[in-house]
Amino acid sequence: MVAANSTQPLSITLRVWRQADARQPGKFVEYQARELSPDMSFLEMLDVVNDQLTVKGEDPIAFAHDCREGICGTCSCTINGKPHGPGRGVATCQIYMRTFRDGDVVTVEPFRAAAFPVVKDLVTDRSAFDKIQSAGGFITVRAGSAPEANGLPVPKPDADLAMDAATCIGCGACVAACKNASAMLFVAAKVSHLGLMPQGQAERDRRVLAMVGTMDELGFGNCTNYYECSAACPKLISHDFIARMNGDYLKASFRAALKPESAGASGGV
Amino acid sequence: MHFFGSLFRSSIGRKVLMAVTGLILIGFVIGHLVGNLQVFQHPDHLNGYAQFLQQLGPWLWVARGVLLVSVVIHVWAATVLTLENNRARGPEAYRIKHTIRATLASRTMRLTGYVVLAFVVYHLAHFTWGSVSRESFKDNLELYTMQSDYKFAGIPVVKAGAEVHDVHEMVVLGFSHPLVSLFYIVAVGLLSFHLLHGLDSMFQTLGLRSGRWSGALRTIAVVFCVTYFAGNLLIPGAVLAGNLRPHTAGPAFSSR
Ligand code: FES
Repeated sequence: MVAANSTQPLSITLRVWRQADARQPGKFVEYQARELSPDMSFLEMLDVVNDQLTVKGEDPIAFAHDCREGICGTCSCTINGKPHGPGRGVATCQIYMRTFRDGDVVTVEPFRAAAFPVVKDLVTDRSAFDKIQSAGGFITVRAGSAPEANGLPVPKPDADLAMDAATCIGCGACVAACKNASAMLFVAAKVSHLGLMPQGQAERDRRVLAMVGTMDELGFGNCTNYYECSAACPKLISHDFIARMNGDYLKASFRAALKPESAGASGGV
Repeated sequence: MHFFGSLFRSSIGRKVLMAVTGLILIGFVIGHLVGNLQVFQHPDHLNGYAQFLQQLGPWLWVARGVLLVSVVIHVWAATVLTLENNRARGPEAYRIKHTIRATLASRTMRLTGYVVLAFVVYHLAHFTWGSVSRESFKDNLELYTMQSDYKFAGIPVVKAGAEVHDVHEMVVLGFSHPLVSLFYIVAVGLLSFHLLHGLDSMFQTLGLRSGRWSGALRTIAVVFCVTYFAGNLLIPGAVLAGNLRPHTAGPAFSSR
């Protein structure tokens, strides 16, 4: 939705969540952002507002960002109630001011989840995702020089599907958008992108059990199939991967209960 | 890890319990409706059917036990999951509440669930325990003499001449109070709405859903819910419209 005056400069009122650190209570503070170029990105607009705050000797608004081209998953604002703002399939850094109209009031909040505590203002600590990832989001390979590319055949449809899941940039928008703050889409994407590949089979069962177990421990909510996650995902990763993970988890739990174990070995999987 | 332990402890396990108990209960409500639609046949049918169910004795209690356990697990899992979900948002809620595409049915599951639970209790009090509308409860009606054999799966299970409870009369009298009927219609409407998201979710939770046929699954869910609601509407609807009348006052069913 490009505003009619998309070539004209515009002014908006920002209503931003300010919170000094995790322990202090936060509140909304209003700022006027005037004479903005419609071609500015949302984060550039925040840069301009921050410059003005700095000149006035005030504390600039802390917000997370890195690549500013939608590939790193660092930016994380909830804009007018929607994680990553009004666009579809884009991250906050890919939102442009022409999306807004002159005179709009734009509310900016951090991603809200118990598992993502606020660090400062709009910056949240999303290391919970790293914990889930390190619980099982890996494969065991023989280290050394790169293997022959076609040494292991992968059916094209599987590779394509795995790639869809692998587009996850781990931004946390799925958690932020979910009315239950569930991390199912993130975990499903990570579980599926490895589980669909032949290289990921050895740890497939252990992976899904460990990653879901860690997700549960970290205080994320439970999926009730609202499908808000996949709609807010900047990579539009499908919630079909959640169904896939549910099936994988069920089969893995079943197998884990019945799998024969060596009487002699004590370690290993 | 014990399989059943993980079902009760993990998030996905509890959702699987929701799905499986939900499926059992869906199976029950279908059977219940199909059985009750016999009210549109000669009173021998519904009365014979009710007598047949009573004759099942211990098996009836097994079925009731399964249903009761399913309800308890379904409600328990919903409660535990909801409490966790309420905590998961964290100390601060969003100032702007925005919904991108979650359906109304999905967002009202808890509300429709409460109404359905209250309705089930009322329904049992009405037709099973007889603690409401006592005067039209089967114990207080004259016994009915079967005019012909009642056959189940081709086997005669209740013989002609048997004296049985007049369930047909109880149902018709029970639904002749417009307020009661209206409550039934609203409650079953909300139940159908609950099942719309429930059935769809079940496919997702059991890992049976995928993009290629998600549209078909949604259609199945919608068609099922509409049919289920229409089927349920028929009984109180026909009583209110005067098409279904007490058989003691002449022929029970007329299409006018
Ligand atoms: S800053 Fe890297 S995705 Fe937005």
